[in-house]
Amino acid sequence: MPEYSFDNPEVIEEEVDILIIGGGMAACGAAFELQRWNENKNLKIKMVDKAAVDRSGAVAQGLSAINTYLGENDPADYVRYVRGDLMGIIREDLVYDTGRHVDDSVHQFEKWGLPVWKQEGDDGKSLVEGGKPVRSGRWQIMINGESYKPIVAEAARKALGIDNIQEHVFIVRLINDRNDPGRVTGAAGFSVRENKIYIYKFKACLLVCGGAVNIFRPRSVGEGTGRAWYPVWNAGSTYAMAAEAGAELTLMENRFVPARFKDGYGPVGAWFLLFKARAMNAQGENYQEKNAHMLQEHGYGAYAKGHAMGTCLRNHLMMHELKNGRGPIFIDTVTALANLSENMTPKEIKHLEAEAWEDFLDMTISQCGVWAGENIEPDKDMSELMPTEPYLLGSHAGCAGIWCSGPEDLPGTPDHYHWGYNRMTTVRGLFTEGDGCGASGHKFSSGSHAGGRIAAKSMIKYVLDNPGIKPEMEHSVEELKELIYRPVKTFFEHKDYTTAIDVNPHYITPKMLQFRLQKIMDEYVAGVSTWYQTNAAMLGVAERKLGMLKEDSLKLRAKDLHELLRAWENYHRILTAEAHMKHIQFREETRYPGYYYRTDFLDLDDENWKCFVNSSYDRDTGEWTCKKVPWVELIKEA
Amino acid sequence: MPTYVLTEKCNGCEDQDKTACMYICPHDLMRLDMDGSDSGHAMKAYNQEPEQCWECYACVKICPENAIECRSYADVTPLGGMVQPLRGSDSIIWTITFRNGNLKRFKFPIRTTAEGSADPYAGTPEPDDAELGDHSTLFTKCTHSCDMSQFNAS
Repeated sequence: MPEYSFDNPEVIEEEVDILIIGGGMAACGAAFELQRWNENKNLKIKMVDKAAVDRSGAVAQGLSAINTYLGENDPADYVRYVRGDLMGIIREDLVYDTGRHVDDSVHQFEKWGLPVWKQEGDDGKSLVEGGKPVRSGRWQIMINGESYKPIVAEAARKALGIDNIQEHVFIVRLINDRNDPGRVTGAAGFSVRENKIYIYKFKACLLVCGGAVNIFRPRSVGEGTGRAWYPVWNAGSTYAMAAEAGAELTLMENRFVPARFKDGYGPVGAWFLLFKARAMNAQGENYQEKNAHMLQEHGYGAYAKGHAMGTCLRNHLMMHELKNGRGPIFIDTVTALANLSENMTPKEIKHLEAEAWEDFLDMTISQCGVWAGENIEPDKDMSELMPTEPYLLGSHAGCAGIWCSGPEDLPGTPDHYHWGYNRMTTVRGLFTEGDGCGASGHKFSSGSHAGGRIAAKSMIKYVLDNPGIKPEMEHSVEELKELIYRPVKTFFEHKDYTTAIDVNPHYITPKMLQFRLQKIMDEYVAGVSTWYQTNAAMLGVAERKLGMLKEDSLKLRAKDLHELLRAWENYHRILTAEAHMKHIQFREETRYPGYYYRTDFLDLDDENWKCFVNSSYDRDTGEWTCKKVPWVELIKEA
Repeated sequence: MPTYVLTEKCNGCEDQDKTACMYICPHDLMRLDMDGSDSGHAMKAYNQEPEQCWECYACVKICPENAIECRSYADVTPLGGMVQPLRGSDSIIWTITFRNGNLKRFKFPIRTTAEGSADPYAGTPEPDDAELGDHSTLFTKCTHSCDMSQFNAS
């Protein structure tokens, strides 16, 4: 038996039919759908998660609401809502598909044990039995969601069987087929616990590792770096690995800049929609009404109909106040709770207070920590709101991601929207959903689960249709071992050159590389320090700096498995950031005012840019190519 | 609030098959210091990268010894506040201590079924392979009603 050590890892190889990379909502949905179809087929299915499925992904902490539940609404109205919020350009086929399937996932969650709030008189009556949910908006329902993820994970684990779930293994690279490079055939990664490299071969793979966080310098840079709005462990792995395998990305210029409770990033949805709180500037003015005229400039108003407007436009109106020195922006929790409790009994008031706190305790406990430390009680003190640093994601209120084939049965879908298998990318055998599936935002947790199911069913068909696939990887095991453990080798080669382990001209720590990435993105690619503004010249500088950063990523060091994890996460972040920059550079307009501004193209230009921007990456040259792809309206205007 | 581990209470999960906090942390932050060479406290866990902590409380909630707490980000929040849960099988109790000493306590349900009782396929139909290519349905056959007249091409 050879001795395995940190610089000499063991290699575990496994061949399966279907590999799920990730363990979040989409992955769990896929596991649930896959195994049911597989009961009489005996396909080998494996799920690989870099963390523990019970608490991995964006729902790890819990949620206080399910943001997509159609109920009495028609899927076409859901499409209209998503289209309006994302400034017109979405894949309506994908969004419609999510809309028609999402409620069933929510019904499953409730069956498995997730508590869903019901309107008075319907207590104990499930949604399926006609129980009316408490809505905090037209599409949102309130839940007691502390254990949302463990419940969904439990069902996935039972479906798949624990032997088919590999936790604490981080997949970092997809491998194309040697004889058929347009097909993906392998995935390689490493254990974050043992000195082991894992290499999987498969016929089909679902790549669902979340969005991208911490590619921009965050507003808090000490311990608070971790207090990202979206989960800090989302490292852009989905986008980076797909791009490297040759998959076309779409709308990577889109980003999400949520306006949230300042510093703790507590959610505002329930406060605005359920508790009817108002936001105001330092002078107590309703800036949304005061600044409404701004929507007549630059064509932004095309996506605002009265109070219904793209979320970025709300930011646009808010930022105008902050930029002109009329901050802070306050959310008047005091008046909201006072109004609500006006005709309430003391017991009902107590209940209302608990609901307000639960909204944070279920999903953003940090906000309660900030309140506790600052002696803020929402019925006595107002809180501040602030637009956060930018995030890239495809499942929440953003639509960055991978260009996917859609359903074929919806009337009017053009040919370039589908090529055989639903949710397959432009690389054969590679499927995605959740944050990975682009141009189809507002899936949220439930829609990501349903999306994972849609992709799963399609993957089963793909595998059955292609029994002859014999996966042969374009790289040898030795090459992959070299590649994955390069940061370890770099560390051992050079560590004794200096007396300070972190300062060495021959390598860069993952932490410093991340700081450098964040500095570039913040200062040149429309981060918080420029109030989300950029232009061609700034992007040119960013391009040059990112290129050198990518070169330096070859000198990342890893002194232990934890740093090897960070090294690869940050490599994924660089590629994701580069895609974001290239897309913003290509789209010569300001499509998402309030999320970012091209100061050299401030107009929203429907005539030239009401289209998708798709990109592809050449792994050998490191170059990106962007192109326009036609957008098609499937659903009638309201 | 990056999490921290109380020296007195942590026993390194020595009687369990794995260190609970290390197992559950979604961001690989918790580490068991086997010989005390990292922290000076042998066989106890610690948060190795507090500035990457999302304060998701997964470790706090799972710790069998209640040995993990949170101290809100020192670069953001004044000292003295505390938010601490006690998670049971069907509910969670939160105790919130303010800097000024005020105290609030809340209890919320977390699930309506017994832990481990979720049966993914109970009451669901057998899938029909003939429908594998049909995008309008998943195996459960519970597609939402669709008003097809809303399509431009209808």
